[in-house]
Amino acid sequence: MKELVLPLTKEQVKDLKAGDSVLLSGVILTARDCAHRRITEMINKGEKLPFDIDGAVIYYAGPCPSKPGMASGSCGPTTSARMDSFAPALLDMGLGAIIGKGEMCSEVAIALKRNCSVYFAAIGGAGAIYGSNIKKSECIAFPDLLSEAVYRLEVEKFPLVVAMDCHGGNIYR
Amino acid sequence: MRIINTSEIEEIIYKSALKAGVTLTDSCKAALNCAYAEEDDGAAKFALKTLIENSRVAENNVMPVCQDTGMAVVIIEIGNEVYLEGMPLPEAVNNAVRRAYKDGYFRKSVCDPITRVNTADNTPAVLHTEICKGDRVKITFMPKGFGSENMSRMFMLKPAQGVDGIIESIVTAVREAGSRPCPPVYVGVGIGGSFDSCAFLAKKALTRDIGSRSDRQDIAEIESKALERINKLNIGCQGFHGKVTALGVSCEWSPTHIAGLPVAVNIQCHCVRCVKEVL
Repeated sequence: MKELVLPLTKEQVKDLKAGDSVLLSGVILTARDCAHRRITEMINKGEKLPFDIDGAVIYYAGPCPSKPGMASGSCGPTTSARMDSFAPALLDMGLGAIIGKGEMCSEVAIALKRNCSVYFAAIGGAGAIYGSNIKKSECIAFPDLLSEAVYRLEVEKFPLVVAMDCHGGNIYR
Repeated sequence: MRIINTSEIEEIIYKSALKAGVTLTDSCKAALNCAYAEEDDGAAKFALKTLIENSRVAENNVMPVCQDTGMAVVIIEIGNEVYLEGMPLPEAVNNAVRRAYKDGYFRKSVCDPITRVNTADNTPAVLHTEICKGDRVKITFMPKGFGSENMSRMFMLKPAQGVDGIIESIVTAVREAGSRPCPPVYVGVGIGGSFDSCAFLAKKALTRDIGSRSDRQDIAEIESKALERINKLNIGCQGFHGKVTALGVSCEWSPTHIAGLPVAVNIQCHCVRCVKEVL
């Protein structure tokens, strides 16, 4: 199994093929439905985002609260299709990779190809494993959204599968 | 007449909720192990292995098996010889949910449908009460995640569509859900009743053990035929293709109107969490 450390170079992204299993380590940001709505509103108004999209990796997830002594609570992926309408614009702004679960639409596939980015599937329902592999978690935007806020996560060896690659490969097809 | 204070019910629901959030049902664990043994090498088998390991990690670390700790669905069957004293039942149920979701470090996933503002304590619970014979109170606690709930369907069939139509509806719901509801899924089906009661039958079907069969031979055949067809869809664990798209199909039925054949399909992801207690 490939072990990858963020940030990924474009060469590394090009090497990834749909169906590959990988262990991913590094810094990622969580964002799901409500956060995406806010990010999009800010972009439309020309406001500065509270984090840099360029090169970032967004994880479609909303964690459980952390127990004392643990960096994070359970934190598996949520269904990516709900973010279909937001993803292409963020990829065009330099979003490096997406982590979620389930198939994304053809517009996302085209945007992944156009920007040489990749969509990883995390294993839906494996929240305890992902939560245990988070070494540090910090809320960096929209704290009023609770679990839907944006968290900066330092993760170690997240088990992922390349779902949609930058060559048009798609594990769901 | 047996007198039960609703604070006793609150305690049982509190403990059930804490357990349900971190533990898969025994029948779900067994079904995942079978699926792993049956699946060919590849991404789906890797995902199944991860899920089996995840259930161990959740129990060992006493942390939610899935971060979607769901809406709290509570079904309470109250014997007709029971008198409930103390606070009103919905208050007891919501107290239990509020406390358990806080103390268990569970995610609060309930919000206003329009403003999307979170209620911040996972209440209100979805409470169903039924009056039955006897002096017992049976409590079923089922946290229901919404990746799968979102893929649930209601079909108002014509009576002439019959058994074939029922099976086709079940398979259609699972096929069109594809990779989104976290397959392998557990499929709860309501057959008959009215629009509302049919949906509740489907939910109740999900409280049965995976692999259990309907007492009615003709309904049991619908369960097995639908499961066989679903597992030929090649959706597989997480949508990574493979032999196991569903762990089971359970159908509950009720008489319906001469003009109709309602079929509700309630999809449950592979994370089946359900705790039953009797008082």
